[in-house]
Amino acid sequence: MQYLLMIYGDESAMANATPENRQVMTEAYATFTKGIVQSGHFKGGERLHPTKAATTVRVRDGKTMLIDGPFAETREQLAGYYVIDARNLDEATAIAASVPGAKTGSIEVRPISEMQPEELVRYGRAS
Amino acid sequence: MAGLPDRAAIEVVYRGEAGRVLATLIRLVGDFELAEEAAQEAFAAALERWPVVGIPQNPRAWLVNSGRHKAIDRLRRNIALRTKLKALGIEAALEADTGTESDAEEIADDRLRLIFTCCHPALSMEARVALTLKVVCGLETAAVGRVFLVAEETMAQRLVRAKAKIRDAGIPYEVPGREHLAERLTDVLAVVYLVFTEGYAPSRGDVPIRSEFCAEAIRLGRLLLELLPGEGEVEGLLALMLLHGARLAGRADAAGELLLLEEQDRCRWDRDSIEEGRTLVRRALSHALPGPYAVQSAIAALHAEAPSFAATDWAQIAGLYQVLLHLQPSAVVELNAAAALSMVEGPGRGLDLIDALSARGVLKDYYLLPAARADLLTRLGRTAEARSAYDEAIALAHSAPERRLLERRRRGLSG
Repeated sequence: MQYLLMIYGDESAMANATPENRQVMTEAYATFTKGIVQSGHFKGGERLHPTKAATTVRVRDGKTMLIDGPFAETREQLAGYYVIDARNLDEATAIAASVPGAKTGSIEVRPISEMQPEELVRYGRAS
Repeated sequence: MAGLPDRAAIEVVYRGEAGRVLATLIRLVGDFELAEEAAQEAFAAALERWPVVGIPQNPRAWLVNSGRHKAIDRLRRNIALRTKLKALGIEAALEADTGTESDAEEIADDRLRLIFTCCHPALSMEARVALTLKVVCGLETAAVGRVFLVAEETMAQRLVRAKAKIRDAGIPYEVPGREHLAERLTDVLAVVYLVFTEGYAPSRGDVPIRSEFCAEAIRLGRLLLELLPGEGEVEGLLALMLLHGARLAGRADAAGELLLLEEQDRCRWDRDSIEEGRTLVRRALSHALPGPYAVQSAIAALHAEAPSFAATDWAQIAGLYQVLLHLQPSAVVELNAAAALSMVEGPGRGLDLIDALSARGVLKDYYLLPAARADLLTRLGRTAEARSAYDEAIALAHSAPERRLLERRRRGLSG
């Protein structure tokens, strides 16, 4: 079986954390990731930019609507995800608009905070 | 060269070039914040150098080049902190870009890119307006804050946040391709028109008009037309703003109280703006498929040309509203169309249409709906109903001058 682990947390607490606390958190994630990579459980995972970098895409009556921010309605639940590589947000939202679910639900487009090569090494994801 | 420049002379040159310099620097460094800092530093360098060596022959190229070097310095200093490879990439590109004598077309494109980025639909409407005023128009942060009636510090935070969204979400710095241009241009024009409307009928505060925002919007409209010559909707929007703007001086009385169109002294309208607007309306309407702004500008031209309220060509205005309704169906346009039709077919007809709108439950919070009803009921002599319609409108009006106008109208009811 494969499982998706979704990490929820208070963004503002993270943003306001002291450099020391952030360092501790980063170390903890590096250790954790390295552990599940070594144990063979790791299939993929990324660090996301905060929700203020999010854009929500909906298609209604054939028209694409963009909304600044995460805007999933409470009656909508996460049903799946794609990781895509796009040239910029325009290309990403165009692809999001063609996800079948965009016509009835919402696609939140959240940029991935890409790891630098040395970070990938620290997280045990590259050597 | 006639003598060496003083600070004031340098400031004049800088103000004239700042917008273009910043737009080009944003393209070169790929980051709003860094480009803004670099532009500031280039200006500081100009203040230091130009009094000694004189104003360079091409001050824009000098400022861009100086800003580029300042950005390289900053990147080098920050290299440990920034996402390293990305910074190195930018730095390499900056070093390689020796084209400081960039041709005029490229620089014009930079300003257009900047406008499209600031008005990107992935930003909130407020962020689009704020960024456009700050980055494209070059307004101070405090002045941008005044649009939204927030303190400078609050506005500064919102601007930082908007720029962070551009950077982190990867909003592109480019003019959209042909297939998206029309749609994206509509977004840009909406931002410009919102700035104008905020001056013509401020949504907040106690002043009847804020002409500085109208002027800023018109300046933006002119810039857009310069960058996109022959674009019908840009012509239409600029015409619309010029024609509305021409009537600003008549829109309030000496005490600063709003006046209705029929109460305005038409001698106070600005004839030059009306003439310029009319010329643009003709151009806007000459395109194969005139858009909503072109049609609205034609309506505004008919108002501006009319010798009096009574002698206005209401039949043509009512007809143009039907065209507009077809192009851009909306409840607000329906309301305006009904009001115009009431001038041709009588207040009873207008009232029927507005009541039909209300019955659909649209525009529930829009004060101009009960205000228009009140006017029609007054004309029909149904004073008691008019009074309660005014009460409804007064309760919904968001700005103090609008409320006072409605209260004055209500007091004027006979019987």
